Amino acid sequence: MTNKIGVNSNSFSKNILRQIARSASFNIFIILFVMCAIMYIISPPFRSIDNILSVTRAFSYIAIMAIGECIVIITAGVDLSVGSTFGLAGVITALCMSIYNIPVLPSILVGLVVGALIGLLNGILIIKPKLPPFIATLGTLSMARGLAYIITQGYPITKVPIEFLYLGQGYLLSIPVPVWCMFLLAVIFSVFLNKTVLGRRIYALGGNEVATRISGINTDRIKLIVYTLCGVLAAFSGIITASKLGLGQPTAGNGYELDAVAAVIIGGASLSGGQGTILGTILGAAIMGVLRNALVLLSVNAYWQQFIIGFVILFAVTADQLRKNRK
Amino acid sequence: MQNKNSPYLKMRGITKAFPGVLALDRVDFDLELGKVVALVGENGAGKSTLMKILSGVYKTDAGEIFIDNKKVEITDPLASQNLGISIIYQELNLLQNLNIAENIFIGKEIKKHIFVDKEKMHEESQKLLNEVGLNVSTKTLVRDLSTAQKQMVEVAKALSFNSKIIIMDEPTSSLTDTETAILFNIIRKLKSKNVAIVFISHRMNEIFEIADEVVVMRDGKIVGKLDRHEMSESTIINLMVGREIEDIFSKLPADIGEPVLEVKNLSTKDFLKDISFTLRKGEILGFAGLVGAGRSEVMRAIFGIDKKETGEIFIHGKKVNIESTEDALKHGIGFIPEDRKEQGLVLGMNVRENITLAALKALSKFNFIDNKKEEGIAKEYIDKLSIKTPSEEQIVENLSGGNQQKVVIGKWMATNPEILILDEPTRGIDVGAKKEIHILMSKLAQQGVGIILISSELPEILGMSDRIIVMHEGRIKGELSREEASQEKIMKIAISNNS
Repeated sequence: MTNKIGVNSNSFSKNILRQIARSASFNIFIILFVMCAIMYIISPPFRSIDNILSVTRAFSYIAIMAIGECIVIITAGVDLSVGSTFGLAGVITALCMSIYNIPVLPSILVGLVVGALIGLLNGILIIKPKLPPFIATLGTLSMARGLAYIITQGYPITKVPIEFLYLGQGYLLSIPVPVWCMFLLAVIFSVFLNKTVLGRRIYALGGNEVATRISGINTDRIKLIVYTLCGVLAAFSGIITASKLGLGQPTAGNGYELDAVAAVIIGGASLSGGQGTILGTILGAAIMGVLRNALVLLSVNAYWQQFIIGFVILFAVTADQLRKNRK
Repeated sequence: MQNKNSPYLKMRGITKAFPGVLALDRVDFDLELGKVVALVGENGAGKSTLMKILSGVYKTDAGEIFIDNKKVEITDPLASQNLGISIIYQELNLLQNLNIAENIFIGKEIKKHIFVDKEKMHEESQKLLNEVGLNVSTKTLVRDLSTAQKQMVEVAKALSFNSKIIIMDEPTSSLTDTETAILFNIIRKLKSKNVAIVFISHRMNEIFEIADEVVVMRDGKIVGKLDRHEMSESTIINLMVGREIEDIFSKLPADIGEPVLEVKNLSTKDFLKDISFTLRKGEILGFAGLVGAGRSEVMRAIFGIDKKETGEIFIHGKKVNIESTEDALKHGIGFIPEDRKEQGLVLGMNVRENITLAALKALSKFNFIDNKKEEGIAKEYIDKLSIKTPSEEQIVENLSGGNQQKVVIGKWMATNPEILILDEPTRGIDVGAKKEIHILMSKLAQQGVGIILISSELPEILGMSDRIIVMHEGRIKGELSREEASQEKIMKIAISNNS
């Protein structure tokens, strides 16, 4: 990424190393690298392949959700409903399979459609009555969570078919399936943001909505697409988690919206829009995942874990802010 | 007491420079108690700057101010207030969610120990409201008042400071005739209380009705002072527009062809009325008028930014439906808005991304941007418009104003428009870049583009336009051909009273 908007064209230039060094994601990468290096030295259990794969799988759920959140934040919006969408989609997919005996793939599809509908509703609320994204998605956060409880009456939905468990528990070439999903989605959405017309317009919209509209671009349609995508990704993440747990848990994803936002912000995006990359977001999610794992391995008291994670978020964002101010 | 020979307020040799312009050039300005002075001049003549120096918003670079023969320093708005000077801005400065008494006493609340003495404040406010003749409760929220009533509250607030000088910046621009009459009664009352009043307005009939003296400004200087018996519309206009048409570039001849754009009976909800005009191929159609006449609003409605209430648009004789900017782009219209930073550019993006923003669809295959093509287009327009930038990857925020404007123009040229609307395209940019933009417009016209030019600079309008439409308060008030147009004629229509 050559500039602060994060759109790159001549990626095959000779100065690619210098470009990497100058890019926003590089700093985050260094932080992650240092954290891993320290853990590698001081904690033998951290080194095991099993641990590394399980850490990666653990943060892949947040990362997939954060990809959608990142795109929303690039447009200068925010989506607080992702955690609830995550929970509701998991519950509905589980419900389709266990109560209605719908096959696995169509059930997953239903879950994704639910996510899309919540995202679409967010988008409509934001473009029509022009609600601030914070408020619109705060409302749907509560509504979606409420629906998850209404449908399940608070009890987890069990008895999902064995085939469904592959998505969250399976391995492909010794790598967990959720990690593959995260990797694939990250590549797809990186290409989408950097190489397509719509991706460019998403950055433009976040940089200056009025100027983008006056450039003959339908900014409302872009917002609808972006929030819908975000809903689908949150739903997908929730479905993977349901598969990992083997049940549809109505409380799943509670508070995950904040992890998603934190991953995006640690990843170098700005809440004022126009900036942010998928790579940074994945690294942001990874930093939080590794940190959680490290604190567990170092047997840090659970209450202190919470505190330290908050501290690290502030530290990473402050460091990034200082770097930007210096420019 | 005031000396009969010496005015209450004397400003001497007031000079103020902004980067690139001398806004005030050794201005001498006097005010006498109990008199109304009308301050007139074209947009940018220096009226507002002069008043902002008096009200402490700007600091003067040179010159002295005397009040009651004592030299004073007006360093900030508070100092101005303490000297008995109040200014009522066009966009009123009241807090909508507070009531009248709270607004009048904001910043100087009457206190009883540590609490605000509401009773006393309402009592005092009532007295002030009686003075200005406003019959509403002092507990009324300001947002529930009409514009005229808000203005009266502003006047009451000014009186609460015991102001000796009250400046009103286009106070009638949003008032109805009855409301204006009420305001004038208040002004007369203030006069009789020995308050000095500065009345900034473009409306000649109002000036003739209320002013004791007219002061005309042009290009940062006072060019005339007229007493009541010397005032006439033609003298005032002649003084206002006497600007030299120096080295403004003149449009080169172009073949003017069939109509490309016809607008019929365009109106918007509460402003534009019955706008109809035709733009031809190769023609530059100038839109003149004062700030707020509705020129930008016409273009915003045509371009699908603002909603149209009624009206039809024809392009090449075919009726088209433009509901969004996307439709406008599809029909070959380009729009260079007046505020390039807020509306023209994505400042955080680079030159390439800004230039190709509107044309991106054409530079892509299956929605994937063709990087080679995109870079080519960016380089082509950087070259064509001689945009001074280290590379096409430079963030536009780091370019100079003139080069930023060229990027906006480049963005629209890259869409190959048939109709190009330019709203104040050369405002705030240096002379060199200005001339380049004029040459460019001329060349585009020669290539058959129909161009609409909005400008508040009359020499620019006169130099570039084949035809000139003059607007006033949301309506088209006149049309002049290139041959018959002159600064005087345009200004006469632009400030016409007969509405």
